[in-house]
Amino acid sequence: MSKIDAFTAAQLRTDLPDFKAGDTIAVHYKVLEGEKERLQTFQGVVLQRKGSGINSTFTVRKVSNGIGVERIFPLHSPNISGIDLLRMGRVRRAKIFYLRERKGKAARIAEKRKVEPNQKNQK
Amino acid sequence: MNGLIGKKLGMTRIFTESGESVPVTVLHVGPCIVTAIRDQESAGYDAVQVAYEEIPEKKLSKPVLGQFKKNNLKPHRYVREFRSTPELVANYKVGDELKADFFTEGEWVDVSGISKGKGFQGVVKRYGFGGGPKTHGQSDRFRAPGSLGQSSYPSRVFKGLKMAGRTGNDKITIQNLRVMKVDAENNIIMVGGAVPGAKNSLVRILK
Repeated sequence: MSKIDAFTAAQLRTDLPDFKAGDTIAVHYKVLEGEKERLQTFQGVVLQRKGSGINSTFTVRKVSNGIGVERIFPLHSPNISGIDLLRMGRVRRAKIFYLRERKGKAARIAEKRKVEPNQKNQK
Repeated sequence: MNGLIGKKLGMTRIFTESGESVPVTVLHVGPCIVTAIRDQESAGYDAVQVAYEEIPEKKLSKPVLGQFKKNNLKPHRYVREFRSTPELVANYKVGDELKADFFTEGEWVDVSGISKGKGFQGVVKRYGFGGGPKTHGQSDRFRAPGSLGQSSYPSRVFKGLKMAGRTGNDKITIQNLRVMKVDAENNIIMVGGAVPGAKNSLVRILK
């Protein structure tokens, strides 16, 4: 696979923030309406990150008017104009599909505590 | 001369400027060297013979190696001919090297390869038959081919009737694939869509 990855490396996005399952993000996505291009924002919790290299995608879930809505975005798509990392969640697994069965208070995700600046293993 | 030979490396995706995701097959084409020119005089037809993928001398038998040595060329694994017209053949001479820039971005090509062998398969997989009914008291005929013909006439099974058998490992040509990207430096082209064959199998790309 690595042989092929080298030819798509130029298309990989490096400008997006690093986020994980459980984080709350806002995705600004370019949509074409007729001739006009505008930005659409989809804000919700990241359920999973999937795939590797150019094929990676991520799933965002939000509850809109009481109905759960999930959207899958290709991570390296040029149609993503930006991603805001709004809140880092503390979850214990990489794919948090259990969130689909939860409503209201049970669907909350604890916020990740900030790493102290003087801690040794900071990035 | 309207084609080259190469190798299928595998599939990935690329994004177009408009943000569309396009599935592509990455093909390693060339460098191919011209090993012989066929014309009316010498062979009775017009074609260009090209060779692909350099290999050590010891990998070839003496008669094949002699074909390369005759023209002081390096030994290659694959040798194929492309039929052409006398005018086009005149543009090439033995020893010419053809690279991926033989193709241009945006043009349409046909790609042939040997499809993956599937072994002995039933008619559902091999010909897309529907199989039998799954409910209404049926059993033992979920993937059956059905009737093979009538009784009193013709009282035999017609030749060429679609039945189970060896599947795959056939020469398949996919027509009109778009060349999405040409990387002359690495001798890579990317064509939109799938191409027959396994990874690292030989493909023939026709303009």
